[in-house]
Order: sequence, then structure tokens, then C-alpha cells
Amino acid sequence: MEANTLNGKATSLTGSKMWQFVIVGLIATLGLIISIFLAIAYGAKEMSLQTVWLSIVDYQPDKTLHQIIHEIRLPRVIAAAVVGAAFAVAGALMQGVTRNPLADAGVLGINAGAAFMLALSFAFFPNLPYFIVILLSFVGAVGSTISIYLLGSASANGLTPVRLTIAGAVVAALLSSLSAGIAIYFDLAQDLAFWYAGGAAGIHWSHLKWLVSIILTTIIAVMGISRSVSLLSMDEEVAINLGVKTKRVQLLAMAAVVVLAGVSVSVAGSIGFVGLIIPHIARKLVGTDYRFIIPLSAILGAELLVLADWAARTINPPQELALGVTVALLGVPFFLYLARKERGR
Amino acid sequence: MEILSARRRKAFAVGGLMLAVAICTMVLSLNTGTIWLSPITIVQTLFGFGDADAAMVLFDYRLPRILVCALAGIGLAVSGSILQGISRNSLADPGILGLHAGASCGLIVFITFFRSLEDPLALFIPLFTFAGGTIAALLIFLLAYNRQTGLQPVRMILVGIAVTAGFSAISLFFSLRLDEDTYSFTSRWLVGSVWGRDWENVYALFPWVTIFTCYSLWRARILDAFSLGDERAIGIGVALQRERLWLLLSAVALSSASVAMVGGVGFIGLVAPHLAKRLVGSTAKYQIPVAALIGLIILAAADMIGRTLFLPNSIPAGVIVAAVGAPYFLFLLVKAKS
Repeated sequence: MEANTLNGKATSLTGSKMWQFVIVGLIATLGLIISIFLAIAYGAKEMSLQTVWLSIVDYQPDKTLHQIIHEIRLPRVIAAAVVGAAFAVAGALMQGVTRNPLADAGVLGINAGAAFMLALSFAFFPNLPYFIVILLSFVGAVGSTISIYLLGSASANGLTPVRLTIAGAVVAALLSSLSAGIAIYFDLAQDLAFWYAGGAAGIHWSHLKWLVSIILTTIIAVMGISRSVSLLSMDEEVAINLGVKTKRVQLLAMAAVVVLAGVSVSVAGSIGFVGLIIPHIARKLVGTDYRFIIPLSAILGAELLVLADWAARTINPPQELALGVTVALLGVPFFLYLARKERGR
Repeated sequence: MEILSARRRKAFAVGGLMLAVAICTMVLSLNTGTIWLSPITIVQTLFGFGDADAAMVLFDYRLPRILVCALAGIGLAVSGSILQGISRNSLADPGILGLHAGASCGLIVFITFFRSLEDPLALFIPLFTFAGGTIAALLIFLLAYNRQTGLQPVRMILVGIAVTAGFSAISLFFSLRLDEDTYSFTSRWLVGSVWGRDWENVYALFPWVTIFTCYSLWRARILDAFSLGDERAIGIGVALQRERLWLLLSAVALSSASVAMVGGVGFIGLVAPHLAKRLVGSTAKYQIPVAALIGLIILAAADMIGRTLFLPNSIPAGVIVAAVGAPYFLFLLVKAKS
């Protein structure tokens, strides 16, 4: 009975929140489109927004400007947008299923696992093709996540969010310490650090094709469990009473997180804080329903990374700041504010 | 009374054994290296009867390095014991709580602005790492403290993990702008490599470790009182908040001073107090000295392994400690009841 009223309440709430979501979503999409155009137009070589528009709708391969846009800027901006969306959605899912507002895909050891495999492959097989390297770092991300999940659940009380977080932090510490050891022994430290700091610069159309398709498919698939995630994020008991198969939802959500974050980390390096900040902003804007939070996080995450990547290459030209660093500079103060606020509860 | 004295006898026996192991480790560590010295030569040289070459190898190179290791091992272990005591959290460790990340950030800021580790300026490094560690500790304390429930162990760890992430990002920002040589030094330092190898480093570290270790021993009873819970501790007359703050500060001082000399070695502060608790129980006045000796043994052994097993290159001690310590931590986590 109680469950029913709660369910009813949720539906009626949804109705009133719907318009809010549509408006916020439209504004965010508009912002994303504008920032994409700006990021394409301004850089080492500036060009008018008109040229950008023409090069997309009416591409002429013999014009240099069109070539710059098509071969260098466009893939880079798209990559930044897709990766940003992936990290943000991964973070939103993590925060939802673990009920830890400070959670982020990094908690699952994804970055550390990818970096560890990368260190191994740099050290022992330095001349592997790009595709294999990315595949290996993805394998590392998945491997470390699975081991963390198993360690987190291998105890009398089963898997709790806190246990998962702590196991993740320790496995990450172990892996990054081992990769540092390998890097130092084989003298690769700074190469690895530059990869680790992240960047969307080296991505071409051939990689983009599968990057975009994997990430978009996963985000759309995640929408299928978004309702269960919102219930889970409020209270596990209530979710169970309402017929949510909590174990299965948790597992599916984690799997989606691994795919989204693992692929992005392998391609663009470890970019922290997107997954932490964006879901919070989304929650502020549209409330606690993950059917709204997830798509909005995707749009906002894309926007943040497009802007951060743009800042990384224009603040101090011709040198580029690392993408991970520009995001972190935005993220740290926000994070501290957040943690401070959490304390009050 | 009977039980007490039995525990006491056990504590002394274990302490004596640990001391013996510690001395053996240090002597063994003095033996090994690119030039092998026999134990007899070492004893002779230590008492001033050896030849000049052995004396130079021993006094100029190995002895200061091993003393730095020993002091830092003690510092990290005692710091961990204090943190576990005041937070009533058996998973607390200066590395996991983010104190190391803060201290590392301090060092990187120092390197970025002064670009030197050789000059007398290097003596300021502990100050910078201490500042970084203190900022991290204050952040954790402020963010994890709640007026109603006090310091919640789990929240402390969660905030610590996050503070670590924040500080590492800042460190990364600065470290990518360093030139290659400084960078390779920094990356070694960050995972924990014993770089303080001169007598100055020993002199710089010695007062920090002795003063604050003695302070924690002097306050051992208070640490025991913390384990009863806040209410009861206040009930038996402990000025809770003040004592907690002082103890926290001394833990920060111990870990930052040690980190300044040996880099971000994690897990000693976690493993050593745990082993000590297994061996002599949780009475602080026995646990802390035994933990200190275990910390010394671990770090000295890890440094020895790191610089001999992988010749001609060397592996930072911190990597070896993490390779052993992290699995132990996970084992504790899986075994812990709640």
C-alpha cells in the first residue's frame, strides 16, 4: 500500500518536473552547440563561424580552412564531447548505485588499471600499434574493476558502497605504485604522465567511429535502468519493496560504467572530476530522477570537456595544458565546496 | 593483576625480539650494496678499527641512509598508530587519509619555485611538506567532523580519498611543467624513494621523530581512553577535543617529516600498528613501541631489497612496501566484520 502511494507520488512528481527538464535540457543543448562552434572556430588559426558552418554543410576538400576543420578540429572536439558525456554518465551511475555523493568512475580503479596495462605495454612491447594499446588499457580497466568488485563483495556482509570505495582506493594505490615502479625502472615516467594527464589531440576519424558508437549505444541502453537507479539511489529497502532487483541493477550499472569510462580512459587518458561535478550540477537542475539526470549529465559533461579542451589549447599557445589538468583546476574547488556541504547533513 | 603482568612480560619479550630483528636488518642492510662488507668488518669499522675504505663506504654512504630509513619507518608507524587510535578506525593510514598527497604537493610546490634540492635550501623541505600535510589534515578534519557525531571513521576515509585526488591533480599540474631531470626525481619521490642519504637529513629528521614519538608515548593513556568512545572518554576526564587536535597534529608532523625524507611510502602506517596489535594487544604504551620497531624493519628491509634485488637499476622502497602492504590491507578489509 505504502509502496503504491510512493510510486504514485513519484509519477506525479515526474509530470511537474518534466517541463523543467525539457527547458533545462534545451538550454544545455544550445550551450553545447555554441561551445562546439566556438571551440572549432578559435585556436591557433582563427576563422569565422560562417566558415565553420560552411565546412560542415558544404565541405570543399581543396580549401585549407575546411581541411583544418575537418581533419584536426572537428574530430578533436567531437572526441572531447563524447568522452565528456561518457565520464559524466559513468559518474552519475556510480553516485546513484553506491549512494556515495563523492563517487566517481575513478573509484572503481578504472584509471589505475588502464595506466598499469599501459605501463606494462610501454615497457615490454614498445612498438605495438595504437589500436592494440587501447585494447590493452581497456582490458586493464576491466580487470581492475572486476577484482575490486570481487574484493568488495568477498566478505561476510557482502558488498557495501563504503567497502567498494575503500577497496577501490587501495587497489588503485597498489596498481599506480606498481606502474610507477615499472615506469621508473624502464625510464618511461614522463611519457606515461603525459598520457595519464589526458588529451583529445591524437584522435582521428577512424577511432572516432567506434568510440562514438560504443558510447552512444551504452548511454541509450543505460536509460533502460535509469528508473531503477533513481529508486536505488534513494533507499535500498524502498527499491526492493518496489520490485527493483537491486543486485542486477547494480551489476548492470557497474558494467555500463566500466564500458563508458574504460573506453574513454583508454582513448583520452585519465580525466578526473567530470564524473564528480557534472552529476551534482544535473541533480541541482532537475532533481533526483535519473531518467532526467543521465541525459542532462551527458550534455553537460560534453559541454564541460569541449570547453576545457578549448582552454587547454588556447590559454598558453603554442604549448598545450593537459586536459586532465584544466578539468582538475575547475574541479578541485567545486569538490571542496561539495564535501563541505555534505558534512552539514 | 596476574593478567596484567603476564601481558607486560609478553610485551617485553616481543619488544626484545623485534629489537633484535631490527638490529639484524640494519646490520644486513649495512652489508649489502655494490660493495659487500662482512659483518665483522662492519662491527670493527663501527668501533673505529676498520680500514679507511670501509669507513668511507659505511659512514659516508650507508649509515646515514639506513638511519634515515629507520627514523622514517618509526615516524610512519607511530603516525599510523596515533591516527588509528584517535579515529577509532583500524583502516586509518597517513597515506590513505591524504596526508601524503598533501605533503607531496608541498614538495612539488617547493621544487617548482626553488628548483633546487642541493643547497642548504633543502633543509626547508620538511617545512613545506609539513605545511602540505597540515593543510590536508585540516581539510579532512573540517570536512569529516560533525558536531553531533564527532569524527566519523568512514567519512574520514571517504573525504581522505577525495582530498588525495584533489592534491594529486594539483601536483600533476605542477609536475608536468618540470624539466626532465627534476621530473624523474619527483616521480621517484612520489612513490617513495629514500633520497635523504646524508647526515644533514638524519639531523633534520631526528628531532621530529624523537619529540613526537615521545609525546605520543607520554599520551599513551589518552589514546587508550579514546578507544572507549567519546562519551566515556569525556566521562573519565579527558579533554577530548584538545587532546585529539594535539595528537592529530603530532601524527601529521611525524608523517610529513618522514615523507620529506623518504617520499610517499604508504601502508607502513597501516600495517605496522596492526601487526603490533596482534602481537602485544591494543594497549598503546606497548603497541606504539612495537609498531615503531616493525615500521623500522619494514622500511629498512624494503629499501635494501629495492636497491639490491634489481641491480643495476633500483626500485623505490615505496613500490615494494605497497606491493606487500596493499594485499595485507585488502585482506584486513575482507576479514573486517563491519
